[in-house]
Amino acid sequence: MLGFIIGIGVLLLISILLMIFRIQSLVSVVKGSDKKRATGSNKWNAALGMIFLLGTGFLFFWYSFKEFDNYQLPVASEHGVVTDGLFWTTMAVTGIVFVITHILLFWFGYKYQYKENGKALYYPDNNKLELIWTVVPAVVLALLIFTGWRAWVDITEKAPEGSEEVEIMGYQFAWAVRYPGEDKKIGDYDFRLIDGSNQFGMDLTDESSLDDFVAPNVMVLPKGKPVLFKIRSRDVLHSVFAPHFRLKMDAVPGMPTRFWFTPTKTTAEMREETGNPDFTYEIACTEVCGRSHFAMRYRVEVVEPAEYEAWLAKQSSWLSQNPEYMEKVPDDLKGVAQVIVDQEKIIQK
Amino acid sequence: MSVAANVSAGAHAHDEHHEHKENFITKYIFSTDHKMIGKQFLLTGMLWALIGGFLSVIFRLQLGFPEMKLEWLRPLLGEWIQVDGSLDPEFYLALVTMHGTIMVFFVLTAGLSGTFSNFLIPLQIGARDMASGFMNMLSYWFFFLSSVIMLTSLFIETGPAAGGWVVYPPLSALPQAIQGSGLGMTLWLVAMVFFIVSSLLGGINYIATVINLRTKGMSFSRLPLTIWAFFLTAVIGLLSFPVLFAAALLLVFDRSFGTSFYLSDIYIQGEALPNMGGSPILYQHLFWFLGHPEVYIVLLPALGITSEIIATNSRKPIFGYKAMIISMLGITVLSFVVWAHHMFVSGLNPFLGSIFMFLTLIIAVPSAVKVFNYLTTLWKGNIIFTPAMLFSIGLVSFFISGGLTGIFLGNSAIDIQLHDTYFVVAHFHLVMGSASFFGLMAGVYHWFPKMFGKMMDAKLGYIHFWLTFVGVYMVFFPMHYIGIAGFPRRYYSWSNFEFANSFTDLNMFVSVAAILTFVAQFVFLFNFFWSMYRGKKAPLNPWRSNTLEWTTPLEPVHGNWPGEIPTVYRWPYDYSKPGAEEDFIPQTVPYSQTPESNLPHEQQFVDEEREDAADDVVVANEHKH
Repeated sequence: MLGFIIGIGVLLLISILLMIFRIQSLVSVVKGSDKKRATGSNKWNAALGMIFLLGTGFLFFWYSFKEFDNYQLPVASEHGVVTDGLFWTTMAVTGIVFVITHILLFWFGYKYQYKENGKALYYPDNNKLELIWTVVPAVVLALLIFTGWRAWVDITEKAPEGSEEVEIMGYQFAWAVRYPGEDKKIGDYDFRLIDGSNQFGMDLTDESSLDDFVAPNVMVLPKGKPVLFKIRSRDVLHSVFAPHFRLKMDAVPGMPTRFWFTPTKTTAEMREETGNPDFTYEIACTEVCGRSHFAMRYRVEVVEPAEYEAWLAKQSSWLSQNPEYMEKVPDDLKGVAQVIVDQEKIIQK
Repeated sequence: MSVAANVSAGAHAHDEHHEHKENFITKYIFSTDHKMIGKQFLLTGMLWALIGGFLSVIFRLQLGFPEMKLEWLRPLLGEWIQVDGSLDPEFYLALVTMHGTIMVFFVLTAGLSGTFSNFLIPLQIGARDMASGFMNMLSYWFFFLSSVIMLTSLFIETGPAAGGWVVYPPLSALPQAIQGSGLGMTLWLVAMVFFIVSSLLGGINYIATVINLRTKGMSFSRLPLTIWAFFLTAVIGLLSFPVLFAAALLLVFDRSFGTSFYLSDIYIQGEALPNMGGSPILYQHLFWFLGHPEVYIVLLPALGITSEIIATNSRKPIFGYKAMIISMLGITVLSFVVWAHHMFVSGLNPFLGSIFMFLTLIIAVPSAVKVFNYLTTLWKGNIIFTPAMLFSIGLVSFFISGGLTGIFLGNSAIDIQLHDTYFVVAHFHLVMGSASFFGLMAGVYHWFPKMFGKMMDAKLGYIHFWLTFVGVYMVFFPMHYIGIAGFPRRYYSWSNFEFANSFTDLNMFVSVAAILTFVAQFVFLFNFFWSMYRGKKAPLNPWRSNTLEWTTPLEPVHGNWPGEIPTVYRWPYDYSKPGAEEDFIPQTVPYSQTPESNLPHEQQFVDEEREDAADDVVVANEHKH
């Protein structure tokens, strides 16, 4: 019944609109305004342009200032401060151009609207002007690019010696994180070794994988030390996105990628800064990867270096948690593996 | 102004005008007439735009009102509405994918280039038809076939392709990764292959026609900017679409024949796949080698159309005609060397990233030049706001807003944070989507009288413009804020993340604006079809324009001009020339007839015209003997 009434209402509305349309077109024929080169609508359109300019101009500035703290995510990495600086510099430059060109666009429309006796200026070209507005944007852009390029080179440089290495692997639909263990070296892997427990495909014939451990459900990182993410995927493309660290890098099956950065604020400090006692650093996926692409959340906790070392010491290697894989360790490494497992048991106690 | 009369009076006896006996099928369906083919592209494009727009309304409902019960869509979407009345997350991805594919290829490539290149090239260069009418017909029917296949894929049980419009493998190669990569993806690939064929057939034809069939006097330096734009667009398409074809072909091989071009080291659904040594990055290179030029394939025709419309309705010559051509040439060349800026964080060698950052920002310079030239064309004009003019001004506004954000994204250091966020969505929807759409609309309003011999209602046009212009900004401007806040694209919902758990109000606002903007398009549809049958009869040259199409009869016959094709004597932008009686001088008016307005350097053309005329007499006499 309700649907029927709505249907009738819509029909009525449409027929009223049609009626108005017919009446106005007949009126314009009677008035002869359809013969004129520019009707009264011309003024209206010119004026609406100015109203649009002023109205949206106001909204733009008002909202941008009012909501600044909401859309500007706090930054927590060294290079993030640099790229944020670049972002806002570019915003200032382009903002000025944006405002000026729009003022000209609508103001010209208003000022030079059709006049019965008016005549446009015949002004087909001016090479000097063309040259100016080729060279000036080129120079400004060159400056912007150059600073951007310098930052890019620094960011993508080889990670400094002694960086903390962490492996992060994307799969449908979660992230898995592996630490190198005491030897600070992440072991080899092969996707053909992946099974239900060995989700990384860890190659236990490589000595450095024996002490590797898998992060429980949160990635812990030290503040102030360079961290190198070794990124890979085992099925489709994913992309590691840690918004507060201004970090993003695709995870590509068959082609490991990397990104290094230095966290500058602990989670506790961020909680204080944002006034949000539940603040957590997060990693999201930004390369469409299937049904639950929107749910690939992983938590990151940044702590003071001492606390980090303590946390590291508490972790036990993957091998010690999956003793049945001991048989996959080749004979010449069995001794080493056993030592690692035993040591951990002592520490745990 | 008895120019048209002059020309037809000079018509020779060897009249090329011959009326074909046409039946319904040869006139409206398998037509080889460029005007009819243009209209076929337009109508198909409009249909696709409605479908593509409707898909976006569905996913905007999900994003703006995540709690909403969508049972009422079940008759249409069936199982894709889950038991609890919410949209299926996988179908959400399919919607996003199909929206992108439809809008980029079927609406803004076929619907825009297909319509106006076909309709305007012969009319504006003074040709009877395209170089090959038959190929032109094939071009439409391959597009139609492609459309049917793509449309079919929307209705199959496993759903259409769902890996984003870029369909990156491995996701698009593995049906076990997402349902849409099954039959839906196969149909997508088949449809795209036919689409590419259509595009190439069209493109070759446009190029051949512009080069070979220009009327006497229509040198390249007298071509309207529309034709320059269509010509360069066709060149870009001809060079880049085959690369997409290659990418698609290799993907077909990987999907169906067990090759490993794009696949390597994959463990999925408890099984390690045998593929080794392939590279997903290879696909991205091939895809974007088309993908980026595609942006300009979509944009250049719109820029050409607006150049023409802004000049006509400002009653001023386009400012910097040569600079406009040079910047379009620059864009054409540069569009081929910027593709990897879509791949800064794909794992690409950072050095390559640096190179592409420099190349990308160079392409901003010709774009800036174009904007400044548009603004100067408006300056001191005598501006008539026809609906076409309004849409053209809207295009310039979008081109500025969206173009400027490109400077952020082209800078690889800034792109790290912004890549694949809503900032990108805002950027390309403004600069490429909305700008090109406005170009398309401007073109329809402007050339409707030539297409159907009737005028569209201007007031409805104004209403349509203001609703759409404000609507588009309401939809896409807020997305910048959401993007700066880091909201990723192609997300079914953001509530899983603390950092993206805000701005629900803004997303609701965007969704409402999107629905209103979509509804506003029905004002246009009504105006379009009403005016086609009941509109006021159009005058021969309603916008008092200089270009050749307005010298044809109200509804041009097969062959366009009943008599001889007019000769062109001047460039198309002699508006408001000092000394001239009217504020426009059509291209067919010889300089010898306008001594009062000729500029000093144009006096020589008068002499040349005399010599040409003398030659013609000699040639004609020789023929007689």
